[in-house]
Amino acid sequence: MEKLKVLVVDDEPGIRSGIERILRNYTVGYPFMDEDFHFEMIEAETGEKAIEIIDNDQVDIILLDNKLPGIHGIEVLEYINKKQYDAQVMMITSYASLDLAVKATNNGAFNFVPKPFTPQELKAAMESITKHLFLERMTRKMNQEGKQIRFQFLSVLSHELKSPINAIEGYLRIMQEKQVGENINDYQRMIARSMERLNGMRGLIMDLLDLTKLEPGKKRNLKNIDISEIAKICVNTMEPLAIQKNIKIFVDIDHEIYFPVDNTEMEIIFNNLISNAVKYNKDNGEVHVSLKNNINSIKILVEDTGIGMSDDEISKLFHEFVRIKNVKTKNITGSGLGLSIVKKLVDVYDGKVMVSSVPDKGSKFEIELPIHRITNTMNE
Amino acid sequence: MNRDKKIILVIDDDIDYLEQMKIQITSFGFLPILAESQKEGEEKINEIKPDLVIVDLMMENQDSGFIFCYKIKKKFPEVPVIIASAVTAETGMIFGLNSEEDRNWIKADQYLEKGIRPDQLQREINKLLKL
Repeated sequence: MEKLKVLVVDDEPGIRSGIERILRNYTVGYPFMDEDFHFEMIEAETGEKAIEIIDNDQVDIILLDNKLPGIHGIEVLEYINKKQYDAQVMMITSYASLDLAVKATNNGAFNFVPKPFTPQELKAAMESITKHLFLERMTRKMNQEGKQIRFQFLSVLSHELKSPINAIEGYLRIMQEKQVGENINDYQRMIARSMERLNGMRGLIMDLLDLTKLEPGKKRNLKNIDISEIAKICVNTMEPLAIQKNIKIFVDIDHEIYFPVDNTEMEIIFNNLISNAVKYNKDNGEVHVSLKNNINSIKILVEDTGIGMSDDEISKLFHEFVRIKNVKTKNITGSGLGLSIVKKLVDVYDGKVMVSSVPDKGSKFEIELPIHRITNTMNE
Repeated sequence: MNRDKKIILVIDDDIDYLEQMKIQITSFGFLPILAESQKEGEEKINEIKPDLVIVDLMMENQDSGFIFCYKIKKKFPEVPVIIASAVTAETGMIFGLNSEEDRNWIKADQYLEKGIRPDQLQREINKLLKL
């Protein structure tokens, strides 16, 4: 039997002991699970006490009353979210129908049980939260094993595609209704922004095409080719973009580095790194691209004199659809996919990506690819 | 700051949505103040206590809109808050603030879908500002 720790946060002793009684001999089973779950109760009468327990212990499920004598339940919830604490939270409250709202915001990440509840209601809620917890941990395990969770990806993707559509539609409606008058010049900014959003969508679609090249089982075309040539072509492609911001690209590339790679994959890596170094640079800045042959590995280095990142921002960098949002990046469009694609590709080559960055000084991306076994399909 | 006009703070991470709201709110005769993040929103609320707040439900984190509402209401219980979101359009889930129970939980005065017509928006704002 597997045991889940349940933290009950309620100021009414009757509720706490009631829950303890109901769950003491209750177990949850699930066809996919090897073992049944049973519950061990920990009690807290205030939110402050709950936070203390959360800080010092790993609990799995938190039953949380909102109306507490000190800080409110929702503040405890905020603390849990901020801490990215691995537990499922279920609110206990005397008010009904938070359910839908909460589901809408959090995709069922936490649940809700109305007070007063019958033993049956509590058990049903515990059953669903236990299954959810189990599935979530399973999903995480599968993710760590490198399996794709397509559903989540698609739901984020649809959001990323809908936002520009909404924005463009909004501008078109303003123009259609001539909301700022008859003068066409007053609409120029809206037209420019609409174009910008369309460009963003185009970029996203291009990145998605890159992603489809990384499908498991996909045929790859590994050949001994000269990587320095690919790097030079990518630098040339980025020149026009760099000229617009008066950025100089310096190139230090060893000649004729023959290495078993897939041409398209290497293009994607170089294009993403160099275009980022230009996009997130300052006007009149510099980009340094270097490519070295270390016999047993090759080292790609792309360094810029741009806006840089904090350590916190670096930690999120390679996640899908994560874009670093701050004042400095607000006018730069991007899909949030580029670096996650680069990371995936480097993984395929058993390589490493290293990032170092200083805010307002610039960022440095280093990639090391070892000479590896030649496989002509993507790893599962 | 000129307080002849009612000040409406709009918080959303989509700059184009902010731009569009600015046009509409100005045309209703109010003064729009814009914020692109929860943090910026909090700063502006403390700086200039607005007469009404319109906040997006999902910003940096999926539930930041709710937590944000809670914080505003704790500090300025009398300032009306509208949650604006595309949740229904994106998920098919419907929720509102029609019952007393909902309002006790979700600390907002009105829930509106994004993309409603300007006249509807104006009517809701006027109602909350008691104009």
